[in-house]
Amino acid sequence: MTDLSASPAAAPVRASSSLLTLDARVRRRNAAEARFRGYGFAAILLALLALVWLLYSIFSAGLPAFRQTVIQIPVTLDAAQLDKAGNRNPDEMAKASTVTYGKVLSEALKAAVAQNGIVIEGLDDKEIAGMLSQEAPAMLRRDVLANPALLGQTITFQAYATGRVDGYYKGRVTLDSATRDSNVTPEQLHLADALKEKGLLSTSFNSGFLTMPDASDKRPEAAGLGIAILGSAYMMVVVLVLSLPIGVAASIYLEEFAPKNRWTDLIEVNIANLAAVPSIVFGILGLAIFINMAGLPQSAPIVGGLVLTLMTLPRIIIPTRAALKAVPPSIRDAALGVGASKMQSIFHHVLPLAAPGILTGMIIGLAQALGETAPLLLIGMVAFVREFPAAPPSGLFDPAAALPVQVYNWTQRGDPGFVERASGAIIVLLVFLLIMNTLAIILRRRFERRW
Amino acid sequence: MSIGILSSILLALAAAGYFIGRARAVSAAGGDTRKLHSLAGFYGQSVALFTAVPAFLLMAAWLFIQPILIESRVSGQLQQTLAPDASLSLVMADVRRLANAIDSIGTADEVAALSPEALTARLGEQGVAMGGDMSVAQVAAANEYRLLSNQSRTGMTVATIALALAGLAFALRRIRIDFRARNVTEQFVMVLMIAASLIAVLTTAGIVVSLLFETIHFFKLYPASDFFLSTTWSPKFGGGSDLGIWPLLWGTLYVSLIALIVAVPVGLMSAIYLAEYASPRVRTWVKPAIEILAGIPTIVYGLFALITVGPLLRDYFALPLGLGNSSSSVMTAGLVMGIMVIPFVSSLSDDIINAVPQSLRDGSLGLGATPSETVRQVVLPAALPGIVGAILLAASRAIGETMIVVMGAGAAAKLSLNPFEAMTTVTVKIVSQLTGDTEFASPETLVAFALGLTLFVITLALNILALWIVRRYREQYE
Repeated sequence: MTDLSASPAAAPVRASSSLLTLDARVRRRNAAEARFRGYGFAAILLALLALVWLLYSIFSAGLPAFRQTVIQIPVTLDAAQLDKAGNRNPDEMAKASTVTYGKVLSEALKAAVAQNGIVIEGLDDKEIAGMLSQEAPAMLRRDVLANPALLGQTITFQAYATGRVDGYYKGRVTLDSATRDSNVTPEQLHLADALKEKGLLSTSFNSGFLTMPDASDKRPEAAGLGIAILGSAYMMVVVLVLSLPIGVAASIYLEEFAPKNRWTDLIEVNIANLAAVPSIVFGILGLAIFINMAGLPQSAPIVGGLVLTLMTLPRIIIPTRAALKAVPPSIRDAALGVGASKMQSIFHHVLPLAAPGILTGMIIGLAQALGETAPLLLIGMVAFVREFPAAPPSGLFDPAAALPVQVYNWTQRGDPGFVERASGAIIVLLVFLLIMNTLAIILRRRFERRW
Repeated sequence: MSIGILSSILLALAAAGYFIGRARAVSAAGGDTRKLHSLAGFYGQSVALFTAVPAFLLMAAWLFIQPILIESRVSGQLQQTLAPDASLSLVMADVRRLANAIDSIGTADEVAALSPEALTARLGEQGVAMGGDMSVAQVAAANEYRLLSNQSRTGMTVATIALALAGLAFALRRIRIDFRARNVTEQFVMVLMIAASLIAVLTTAGIVVSLLFETIHFFKLYPASDFFLSTTWSPKFGGGSDLGIWPLLWGTLYVSLIALIVAVPVGLMSAIYLAEYASPRVRTWVKPAIEILAGIPTIVYGLFALITVGPLLRDYFALPLGLGNSSSSVMTAGLVMGIMVIPFVSSLSDDIINAVPQSLRDGSLGLGATPSETVRQVVLPAALPGIVGAILLAASRAIGETMIVVMGAGAAAKLSLNPFEAMTTVTVKIVSQLTGDTEFASPETLVAFALGLTLFVITLALNILALWIVRRYREQYE
């Protein structure tokens, strides 16, 4: 490339007279060009690497949450111990507490260890009993109360191992770290290995992670996402039911009917700004208006849904207006030309044609609402909830958790097992988001018309 | 009657109204719908709208106002009997809990006959935990509360159904052959649409009013000058706390600054590469891939900061350099937030660079400039205002971000320059002052509203400025 910007007087100074040989200046400029291009490439690479790193770190930490170590032990359910009244009435059987079931289980485990001839030096009975999750007796009790016919039989019970034993098979706990850990001893880990050799201990898919409620601080192995998924689903229903009609109505008015005046301008500026207000401010709004003023209950999906609706509305109105705008005026003119009213032309022709675009925007808005955490923290969704909410509509007022808040909740707990659970919960959240976004893309690809 | 059943009744009435109205219009025309002013369906629609909409509005308003009225009445009675140091809001919480639990214990008279200790025990059996034993006045208040709630609920049911029926009758009476049903229906729908578009304005008003109201309340308890000028933040829930905003503001700005230092070069350079160099194929794949970063919820970034970036920075930078031993630090939060903000910078910059007219590029290239010289000396100066707008939007986003800093930046309010130290931000403190059981009378809680207002004002100013710049820039080339 010749240097035309140099003045003509300078031209004779050129070292080489041929255009085909590059002089130092051209070489420098070409090098600068290559460098600049390289920076751009590096920036993109960096951004993509960050994405990959983020996903890799979450997935490698979270995938183990979907697997759980269980100990299979034959348990003899002694009717004399578990049903003192002897009439198989679940109400009376409920008097046998988890402590009783805990004894049954630890006896069964001890018997199983002895039967298989496992001898581990320095292992006492308490340590053997400590292999099992504190949640295991409660699960056994629930099984028995649901099916009293089990009494008197010997069943094979799949008892959850404690979080530490579970962590041993996921690389979180080692023999070395066990010597320093007050919650687990190396002997217990040796016992776990021995049990595994005999086929009594195995690690398999953990469906309880998706269905069980949250568990207390000491039992990460039993903590599940059941209530959180349900609570998030309730909130999404509220958001959908409220924001779809309101968002579409507002968009139609602003795009098709609103006169161009100051008042309309004010509304439009307002919507643009609301879309950029930090989400935590909506949380404060929810706390002040819905909880303090209107007296709605804390941690209820209805409040979460209302707050998320207010937050999502502007984010839905913007793409909806774009979709309406994309429908060509000829469609409206044609409808008006054959005698339709303005309202009919919009509801019968423009809206159906814009529907795929509107739905796409709606789904993306919902996906954003699903991942939102900060406003929910302020309206009390962090509460520890063990009871599943009832079916809607009354269940909307029951306390529940939400997926992203559950993640936050688990990261605040001490046991390292909860970090794995939190990452696992993120994977569940990301899968939901992926499904929603894929749906949006499919909708757009298949139904959106280019005019 | 529960809200679900009531809503279904209203919907059923509306549906019935549609068919009755339609049939009435048809029969008024003697079966020849051509004689009607509008299509028969419009007559039905007008009836359905007049039946359902006012009734639903009444129900919503009633649900919103009922607790406020009952609360003020019951607490007014209770206040006279209360010990001067007791907190009314905590007592009211107990009263509400008891009122909800009364039905599971027995009748109101039985409850009133129980001694306070026995009552607490009975409630415990039902799984209702109380703040303490209830006084006789509280039990009476709870009974009153329950009675009023039940009365009000019955009143609401009667009133909404009556209103729905009145609407139905009114709309049916208007049906004649020459009734302009289409115009009426469309007018009605129009009003509804205007109301829907006003919700955004109402939301903003709600935000401003609730923040201002509580902030004024806060400044009555705590001097505004201390809030804006003090450089220490040490809330003590016993009273006598220092609530200066500066350490929080400093933390916020520091984290956002680091985020922008990460995001602006990366975002801008990738936007330039995508706009000027990349082939269409690369563009179609890479652009959405970078935008995935914007679609990932912030809680994911928070966890990433907490379990990966924080420990990494501590072990490989902070500890060897002797700069600190905390895994949550300004650097952690800033770096992760920077990753999050990249797509905000890159997408908007990309659009803006693409909006620079091709003729400017062609002119520059025609004069012999290399593509990079064109970008640096022609495209970027032309796009600069828009890019500044994009960066301001990213900054406002970073300042308002909550979860990353809650999980990555720490909770210690400090004025320090060391980026490897844990510091805290405005949003973190809003969360920590408002989560858990809060009482809305202490300055330690109310300060969160003042912080929220500060945050709202800062981000709003940044957004308005940014949108104004971007809009002006767009107009320049359109």
